Amino acid sequence: MTTIEINEGNDTSVSLPSFSGSSIELKNITKRFGHVVANDEVSLKVEAGTIHGVVGENGAGKSTLMNILFGLYKPDGGSIYLDGNIVDVTSPEKSISLGIGMVHQHFMLVPTFTVLENVMLGNEGSFSLKNGEKTALQRLQKLSSTYGLNVDFHSLISDLPVGMQQRVEILKALNRGAKILILDEPTGVLTPQETIGLFEILNSLKNKGVTIILITHKLKEIMSTTEAVSVMRGGKVVANLKTNNTSPEELAEKMVGRKVLLSIEKKEPKIGNKALTVKNLNHLSKDGVDVLKNVSFSISEGEILGVAGVAGNGQSELLDILSGIEQLQRGEIEINQTRLLPGEKWDPKKVREMGMAHVPEDRQKRGLILPFYNYENSILGYQRKESYSSGFLLDKNKILKLFTETAEQFDLRPRNPNIASNKLSGGNQQKLVLAREIQSQPKILLIGQPTRGVDIGAIERIYEDLLRLKDAGTAILLVSVELDEIMSLSDRIIVMNQGKIVGETMGSNATEIDLGKMMSGLDRTN
Amino acid sequence: MLEMFQICISLLDSTIRIATPLIFCAMAGIFSERSGIIDIGLEGKMLLSAFVAASATFLTGSPWIGLFSAVVASGFASLIHGFACITNKGDQVISGLAINILASGLTITVGIALFSRGGQTPSLGSDQRFMPIDFPFQSLINNVPFFGDLYSDVISGHNVLVYLSLLAVFVTYYMVFKTRFGLRLRAVGEKPEAVDTAGISVIRMRYQAVIIAGILCGLAGAYLSIAHGAGFGREMSAGKGYIALAAMIFGKWNPIPTLFACLLFGFLEALGNRLQGVELYIIGEVPVQFMQALPYILTVILLAGFIGKARAPGAIGVPYSKEG
Repeated sequence: MTTIEINEGNDTSVSLPSFSGSSIELKNITKRFGHVVANDEVSLKVEAGTIHGVVGENGAGKSTLMNILFGLYKPDGGSIYLDGNIVDVTSPEKSISLGIGMVHQHFMLVPTFTVLENVMLGNEGSFSLKNGEKTALQRLQKLSSTYGLNVDFHSLISDLPVGMQQRVEILKALNRGAKILILDEPTGVLTPQETIGLFEILNSLKNKGVTIILITHKLKEIMSTTEAVSVMRGGKVVANLKTNNTSPEELAEKMVGRKVLLSIEKKEPKIGNKALTVKNLNHLSKDGVDVLKNVSFSISEGEILGVAGVAGNGQSELLDILSGIEQLQRGEIEINQTRLLPGEKWDPKKVREMGMAHVPEDRQKRGLILPFYNYENSILGYQRKESYSSGFLLDKNKILKLFTETAEQFDLRPRNPNIASNKLSGGNQQKLVLAREIQSQPKILLIGQPTRGVDIGAIERIYEDLLRLKDAGTAILLVSVELDEIMSLSDRIIVMNQGKIVGETMGSNATEIDLGKMMSGLDRTN
Repeated sequence: MLEMFQICISLLDSTIRIATPLIFCAMAGIFSERSGIIDIGLEGKMLLSAFVAASATFLTGSPWIGLFSAVVASGFASLIHGFACITNKGDQVISGLAINILASGLTITVGIALFSRGGQTPSLGSDQRFMPIDFPFQSLINNVPFFGDLYSDVISGHNVLVYLSLLAVFVTYYMVFKTRFGLRLRAVGEKPEAVDTAGISVIRMRYQAVIIAGILCGLAGAYLSIAHGAGFGREMSAGKGYIALAAMIFGKWNPIPTLFACLLFGFLEALGNRLQGVELYIIGEVPVQFMQALPYILTVILLAGFIGKARAPGAIGVPYSKEG
């Protein structure tokens, strides 16, 4: 490999490797976990210096395949070719030395370390850290200026927002000489702005010769950034396509194995009485920050009100207050003609009794108790209901019977009540929470990030369920950072920025550009 | 005044003697727990190595062979802990507890079988122990008021293991915070996945850490039976391993603060010994039991609020497994 000097800074001692890109080919890769075949004779080819997408639903085998390529898992069969030569990737150490880097879905960063320490881990240079630090810092400065990856090298990881943490992961890989970069669901945790930033970085990497493999289930990202795409389903590659020659509809169909409606049809809302009214809500966080400022809105029966905004602009706090997790400090909430004022005791149990259900933003932390069995999670929060108990004890038979019906109705997979909920995919966990809350026949439903980390097939299901619920007369407050979702589901949209409602529009005339402007606080219609 | 000064000097002298095994064990704990392995078996390893040190020294006549055997025995106990917790992903607290119980029973049983003295080993002569080392120029400095006593009683006049324990603190500090090994050690205790994906073996790192912990516990045990004491007595570790664990938490898994925590606990015990049967103004005679309980009471109080949150390494107690 040749090296070129990059003479941007004033030191010349550090050089970065240059490369004309590497191609990678996987042939007949098979991986079994017990009886489950996670990868079944998978073959795909990634051209040098391109961005190659790998799409598929959760559990289709994408992550397994990439973990094999990165040397974390040993395949049971098949071979890997790098630039046409067969290679044996037996460990991450080996794959790193071959120039393969990976940015995992859950970041592999030590939260108590600084950026520099994280980048140095495994590549310290010498026994004493002091010597290594200097060269590492120089290399990092080169890399960050070359690829536009700006980050403070001395801040602690735990102090950085996720978007920054992801940059550190990319820097880590590049610092170790990655010529092929695998990104596993990189945008799952990012805000729209951070996502845009990430794709700018990926494009600049590509232009400098890095081969990128992008694993995602967001078809929009595939269409806008990749040259080629492989579709996986059930552990197999079902299609290898050039991005130019395909469409989101075709990809979705191949992923799910049947036709999927990407755009949903919603009926005209049949607006009923006011179900939930919020007046002049103000809230001070524990750190003394004004997280909500004079928030007022109302939702009627049979209506979906979408709350758009970049994450962290007060939406989570709004949900917390409405759902009874946080106490009301200032303002007024009216639920079905019952008024609630500050100082009154307010908790999730009371909220449920008033006919308001809540699907929390973080289903794994707040929606479910992951190690509990599915049937137990299916009544969580409703365990006091008479229909689940006989006298003092819970009646397992009744619960199981109801579970079976619900699982059928909401297409939960697998439908086994006696497995722990952490064994379910993200989409099915969400279906379980949603089913439980809808089962309570709420007059009002609060729902946060309904499809975060959820497959296309399941997204379609969840949207249908929400629309059906709306048509049946439920008032729905939908909080989401996905603009597409807000726009396709909502009858009315409010936009939040820095704790305030900065705009309101009807769902039918909303455009992404207008909403984006309001979200960033540039445009104020109020 | 002079008498008061003499008391202080002798208190400091015994503080250091009492703190030495605590320091070794606490440093052992830092290595192990920084790697993510809870080490509640410090106590047992120290007891086991105290017995092995005394027995081997008595049988061979050489304290150096005794010391070496102690380190090997304790290292072996660490390997058992590692095999249970790292390789087989067992519960770390249970495994540590098992080592403590095993050491307690085994030392007595084997002791009775070998020496028939109710679990004790025969006492060792002064040529079979690590004796105090007197620093040079003592006679010269002795005449200097205050500093002379400080030099000859507190600084000089300890056995080699005492000095080694202090050295261990600085070596631990250097290793943990200034070296490649330390960076990896801290990382493996905080986020083992990050270490694994960086191409470093989590298993190997953790085994290295527990073996180092074993060696340090071995030194602590040898100190008890062939340096500070002159032979092994039943249960002679007497909870020091747990105190060391508390000192480590008190010192937030940091070698230097941990050293001071060990010295503090050592001082309290020395004070407790000193105040036995002494009438104090106003209070009167303080019960021995209270003084003996003081380090423990202090631990609870300090951990409950005075030192802020003691944050354990992120992945402590969690076995590492790749697939799932």
